[in-house]
Amino acid sequence: MQHYNMNLTLKVWRQRNNKVKGHFETFQVKNISSEMSFLEMFDVLNEQLVAEGKDPIAFDHDCREGICGMCSMHINGRSHGPWDQTTTCQLHMREYKDGDTIVVEPWRANAFPVIRDLVVDRSSFDRIIAAGGYVSVNTGNAVDANALPIEKQKADESFAAASCIGCGACVAACPNASAMLFVSAKIAHLALLPQGDPERKVRAVNMVQQMDTEGFGSCTNIGACEAECPKGISLENIARLNREYVGAVFSGSPRG
Amino acid sequence: MALNSKIPAGPIDAKWKTYKSTCKLVNPANKRQLEIIVVGTGLAGASAAASLGEMGYKVKAFCFQDSPRRAHSIAAQGGINAAKNYQNDGDSTYRLFYDTIKGGDYRAREGNVHRLAEVSASIIDQCVAQGVPFAREYGGLLSNRSFGGTQVQRTFYAAGQTGQQLLIGAYQALERQVALGTVEMYSRHEMLEVVKIDGKARGIIARNLVTGELERHFGHAVLLCTGGYGNVFYLSTNAMGSNVTAAWKAHRQGAFFGNPCFTQIHPTCIPVSGDHQSKLTLMSESLRNDGRIWVPKKQGDNRKPTDIAEEERDYYLERRYPAFGNLVPRDVASRAAKERCDAGYGVGSSKMAVYLDFAAAIERYGKIEANKQGKGNLDKASIIALGKDVVKEKYGNLFDMYAKITGENPYEVPMRIYPAVHYTMGGLWVDYELMTTVPNLYALGEANFSDHGANRLGASALMQGLADGYFVIPYTLGNNLADDIRTKAIPTDHPAFVAAEKEVSDRINRMMNIKGKESVESFHKRLGKIMWDKCGMGRNAKGLEEAIREIQALRKEFWSNVRIPGEVKEFNPELDKAGRVADFIELGELMCKDALHREESCGGHFREESQTEDGEALRDDEKFMYVAAWEFKGESQFELHKETLDYEVVHPSARSYK
Repeated sequence: MQHYNMNLTLKVWRQRNNKVKGHFETFQVKNISSEMSFLEMFDVLNEQLVAEGKDPIAFDHDCREGICGMCSMHINGRSHGPWDQTTTCQLHMREYKDGDTIVVEPWRANAFPVIRDLVVDRSSFDRIIAAGGYVSVNTGNAVDANALPIEKQKADESFAAASCIGCGACVAACPNASAMLFVSAKIAHLALLPQGDPERKVRAVNMVQQMDTEGFGSCTNIGACEAECPKGISLENIARLNREYVGAVFSGSPRG
Repeated sequence: MALNSKIPAGPIDAKWKTYKSTCKLVNPANKRQLEIIVVGTGLAGASAAASLGEMGYKVKAFCFQDSPRRAHSIAAQGGINAAKNYQNDGDSTYRLFYDTIKGGDYRAREGNVHRLAEVSASIIDQCVAQGVPFAREYGGLLSNRSFGGTQVQRTFYAAGQTGQQLLIGAYQALERQVALGTVEMYSRHEMLEVVKIDGKARGIIARNLVTGELERHFGHAVLLCTGGYGNVFYLSTNAMGSNVTAAWKAHRQGAFFGNPCFTQIHPTCIPVSGDHQSKLTLMSESLRNDGRIWVPKKQGDNRKPTDIAEEERDYYLERRYPAFGNLVPRDVASRAAKERCDAGYGVGSSKMAVYLDFAAAIERYGKIEANKQGKGNLDKASIIALGKDVVKEKYGNLFDMYAKITGENPYEVPMRIYPAVHYTMGGLWVDYELMTTVPNLYALGEANFSDHGANRLGASALMQGLADGYFVIPYTLGNNLADDIRTKAIPTDHPAFVAAEKEVSDRINRMMNIKGKESVESFHKRLGKIMWDKCGMGRNAKGLEEAIREIQALRKEFWSNVRIPGEVKEFNPELDKAGRVADFIELGELMCKDALHREESCGGHFREESQTEDGEALRDDEKFMYVAAWEFKGESQFELHKETLDYEVVHPSARSYK
């Protein structure tokens, strides 16, 4: 693979905190290697800003291997940038060429208030999980793991839903800022397993209720969430969530 | 101070059973009065916080990430060991115990390791009950694979995302307790001091990373579940935020640091591509089940790997270690890769890499699949297409990650890999009950030193984290707190809290006011280079002595020339990082001192002066069969205490995988 260096123009969202208005600021970065990751390009920019005595750009990141779900940049209008099924940290600069202009924004959603620059508060996702995204089993109560065989296909489907990293790209991509893909992934993960069965109704009702309370928008079947999801979580999960929810509500399931 | 490991008396397989049936208990009404602080929400922290919350304790849990679900346990790929013997291949609690002791090169405690092996089976049961979607066979039962240093298949997995699935399980259990009100969660908070009252840990000072404000939190006990310190090397497979700060503050408050130089260098990582590199990415050890590692037989061979014929390839692990082949433990595989590259056989543009090749596995799986589908006489291209599908199902996410980072297609050309810092076996010294040398201060998971000796076997970190959190601390904490039920919650205006907060605040202000010229990142890189060059895969007395001097000088420079932008009372990641790097610098010095004093090679610690004729690590059991527990005595002053290791069951021998 041919490696090369490039100069870029970056337009980045700056916002000191959630009490002041934000704005775009333009930066030039030079000699960026095509082998760098997108965040390493930001490291270079931040080192440059520190050297100039300016405030570096705040952005969330941690594992830098595409699994923790912390990184969260909206790049040229797409959550996590142009590559399919990729987090920002795994996007590499060979995507870009010399002279390109790149616009970088935070996740934009009422339920994800900006903390600083590109950093947003996603604690609403934790509260949705706390509303029912679990199996109520205390430590020490389990039977032998092989006492309950599970059809391989169901286990695989459940795993595919469970691979959601909770990054929020689905919300950022959705014109309604809906969290349906995130919520449905958890509902599907647990509904597909016998362990999740006893609580499936109350789980669906409570998680949807919490999602609404947090101020996420409604789903209008646009599908941008699936297209931008770094883990390829399928829209079928939303269909499943709708079935689970309708089933729970019409069977008169009490709220937990 | 004499170290008491508090290993229960009796035969090895009765110690934990006896302990559990005789330890003191706390009744439910009293549990509700006892407050526990858990720092870190990885596998150890989340499982501990959830379990203690379920039991009725009042728990406060802290993490520096924006959500507990993001702790770096999430990135563990390959799997988790358990002595289930579902494969009927001769596994047992004893064998897992034995493999772990041997894998650790006879530098771990027998009592702890046996307990770990005993509870391993319960971990799998617990996780399945929570809905962790482990890989399954067509019959619906759980699937297993092999990891290094073993001859059985005892590793449970969920594709290449086992850590993620286990952590999500623990995180969900934790969020359930948050909803029930037994656990209060503090995200984007970093612990910056342990508060001691009458010699006992009674709380912490934490910084709210969003507002920059310092907070005081009381706890009857404090549990540090803060992971390892591999980022002292700057480049490692750890997350960017992984740090030693909580453990280091505890060390400065009197908690001894055990075997700090024991570092695991993982053999299969994507090689460094340039100076811009911010972290290294692991390619799971599970790949060594099916991938074959080789270099060309000719030095400096620049041909494409696919142009190098079978007879011109040196499968050096299979050649040197026929009994274990590509599945030798990590320390052995890493040194063997370094040896080949240093000798001029490395590949890729940097020549600091070896090949991990799946061509043979793809063809083998393709044939099996063709037979399964009743197509015995398929042409080679179709067989390979079938084989690629099988490999994709097993390792798809890892192959994708490799392709994104390198721009190469690993289904077509072999991966290039090289060793990288991955895990630290060293950590806070703890006794059998996981308590440090500071009463009421505990360390769980990678943050403690206890179970892996001088080298950890693959798929054992997840096992240890969850063992400590789900199955050990719920018993051992109660045994201690049963004597503390009369201690009322101490108000945080107590002078000890006030003094600790002032200490933290003064240090932050001192750092901010340096207003020097060099960035935090630059100091971190310089520290990492010293550590990797002189305290990395190969270590010698001269290099370590130089490293100690260089680190001391670096530290002076840091405290006179670091530049931290922004303000204290705001969201300021540069300031957060500055504190962590300052602690890494102090730790780096201790690691070099520990490595210098241990004049033997064992596990991941390879002293070049101590090797056999064919380049294998040479232990010195006469002089060094002990845990080195270091006490902080002041800046650059550490006093060595020794905990002698008694092997009652396994008799230490030269560790051979040949």
